[in-house]
Amino acid sequence: MLPAHLHLILAHSLCSPNMTSNVVDFEDILNNGFSDANTSIRSGARARWERKAQDEDRKFGSSLSDRFIPNRAAMDLEKSSHAIISDRESIGDRTDSELSDDEHTSDSVASDMSEYKTSLLGIDDSKSRILSFSDKAPAPKGDTVNNLEVLYSASSTSRKNKSSTRLVNRHIPSAPTRILDAPDLMDDYYLNLLSWSDTNVLAVALSQTVYLWNAETGAIDELCNVESDGADAHISSVSWIQEGGGHLAVGTSAGKTLLWDVRAQKQLRKMDGHTDRIGALAWNRHILSSGGRDNIIVNHDVRIAEHKTATLSCHTQEVCGLAWSPDGMTLASGANDNKLCLWDATASSSSRPRFQLTEHQAAVKALAWSPHERNLLATGGGTADRCIKFWNTQTGSLLNSVDTGSQVCALQWNPFEKEILSSHGFARNQLCLWKYPTMAKVKELDGHTARVLHMAVSPDGTSVVSAAADETLRFWDVFAPSSKSHTGKRGAAESVGGTKSKQLRTMHTRIR
Amino acid sequence: MVASDTVITLKGSVEIVSEFFFTAINSILYQRGIYQPETFKRESKYGLTVLTTTDAGLLSYLSNVMSQMSTWLSSGDVQRLVVVVSGIDSGETLERWQFNVSVEDGKTVCTGTDENVNGNVSVSGGEKGKKTVKEVHDEIQAIIRQITASVTFLPLLNEPCSFDLLIYTNKQAVVPQKWVDSDPRYIMNSQEVKLRSFTTSFHQVDSMVTYKEADEWEL
Repeated sequence: MLPAHLHLILAHSLCSPNMTSNVVDFEDILNNGFSDANTSIRSGARARWERKAQDEDRKFGSSLSDRFIPNRAAMDLEKSSHAIISDRESIGDRTDSELSDDEHTSDSVASDMSEYKTSLLGIDDSKSRILSFSDKAPAPKGDTVNNLEVLYSASSTSRKNKSSTRLVNRHIPSAPTRILDAPDLMDDYYLNLLSWSDTNVLAVALSQTVYLWNAETGAIDELCNVESDGADAHISSVSWIQEGGGHLAVGTSAGKTLLWDVRAQKQLRKMDGHTDRIGALAWNRHILSSGGRDNIIVNHDVRIAEHKTATLSCHTQEVCGLAWSPDGMTLASGANDNKLCLWDATASSSSRPRFQLTEHQAAVKALAWSPHERNLLATGGGTADRCIKFWNTQTGSLLNSVDTGSQVCALQWNPFEKEILSSHGFARNQLCLWKYPTMAKVKELDGHTARVLHMAVSPDGTSVVSAAADETLRFWDVFAPSSKSHTGKRGAAESVGGTKSKQLRTMHTRIR
Repeated sequence: MVASDTVITLKGSVEIVSEFFFTAINSILYQRGIYQPETFKRESKYGLTVLTTTDAGLLSYLSNVMSQMSTWLSSGDVQRLVVVVSGIDSGETLERWQFNVSVEDGKTVCTGTDENVNGNVSVSGGEKGKKTVKEVHDEIQAIIRQITASVTFLPLLNEPCSFDLLIYTNKQAVVPQKWVDSDPRYIMNSQEVKLRSFTTSFHQVDSMVTYKEADEWEL
């Protein structure tokens, strides 16, 4: 067990003092032969018990146990870990004295920190100032989809969805229940090419032709076309009369307002009044308002021969949004001059609008009157504005404004709940459902691959159709109210499932 | 004196460096998708097509910073420029683009910045360190290319981001009123990638980018 040189020592320590020369010899041998032997041996003669005790010390440490049990209760692990990491990074720059003097008092930590900073970053706090300009750069506007997202296949799923479906207690399907092709649907923000009648017939204008799609039977009829007016002629707006579904107003690129009797498949009237295309139409009982690129709004009384009752001029650019309030007292008009005008129903050609609201910073196309509150109007602005604004039309005051991050193309209130659905352009081309008045985002409906230009709500108020520049119409059951009773809910769910599979089969029916 | 026309003076060097900063910042803002891509216009610079912003607010901010930057560059007070990219909602720093500026005296490359605080750079020509504008532009071109290429390794910026510019100056630098001291805005758990550097014979600019390491479950 004991090494050989210890035997030698033992031998020599038993010898008498007069043999000192031998001892010296031994020591020489030890020093030369075992140069790395430890000092206790070199120190020469000592009592055996003394050496033995030292030997034991070396073997087991002072704790008399054969195990090392660390006690970390008094350690600050975070600090230690920091010290280890920082030490590793800066070990080259540290002197021995610093290494040995590693006491973690607050003073030395602070000095360590600045030292690490110096060695890690090459910047000495005492020699430099970090300055920034107090007027910060403007925050990025609008909503962007990072183009690089395609490089990161998994990250599209990890994108945080800020909308919360917990705000509603009904199920909102995130996929459309039906998709229809709408070839040649014009990608023009300033037109209004979609209207859904209370008899459940959807009118959609595809370039030169108006098609009627019966939502109950799925039958498709061609109503009229303007091919005779030349190759460039197109339908620029359609609007169903409020009740009965018998008459459809059609605005054309030539500035004519056509009134069609749908049941007789016959054109009843051709009304003029505009010199350029008619982008917006709105009915108020027998009054039809038309707004055109010639900046004016014309009110037609469709019953009488002299149909033109008033010409409203206030806008300085193309009128693209028109909407009568549900009580028929106010006409809201939006135009490319970024202005929103509110007109009394009694307005004549000489009168000025009740209010001219200039809050929007882009064209105002999306207009929606609240079915829940009188005098509440929601409006949406174009690409440079991106806001949905809410107005009290009685006082002209702005109630709320929300930046949606992208072009607002259309707005539609939920007839059952205080919710509003907006359709958007670049970058996500989505539909958003918002809770009013908190404007918390309830749901985003993705699917369209180009901007969602138009929206219309079904006569029963449960579903919404959206028409987008990707030349599709998509039907969404966003507003369907939850069933009252539990059993009724189950039954409804089953029937929805049943119709869904049927609808899936009829998906991608072409309109023409 | 054709030769002296192509050699860069201190004034020219300041111009080159601040133009480089402007281009680099714009490239970062475009490549990292911090501002909408349609607000940028194409321009030809350094033999490359670079994209610069057309946003009026952003342009005026950049011109404010750049004009002060030029002043500090001429006096030799700039130590580094940092472009900090941080999330708007989280406020967390996600990327730090760092451009270290060191002043050279035309003969030897100084590693420390404190030796030239007064900016009394000798303009005496004839040293072998002198470079033509063309050579410098080639070096800059390489850095701009690297910024463009960096999107392949940098993590995707998932949230809407904003940016800020930090300028490290000498203690003695004259600071106008509109400038305030800032936090260095370091990144926790960062990864660091060194980019190329360039030198006019007066300023050496080293570039590097540090970024927040993507959490594993995000990849």
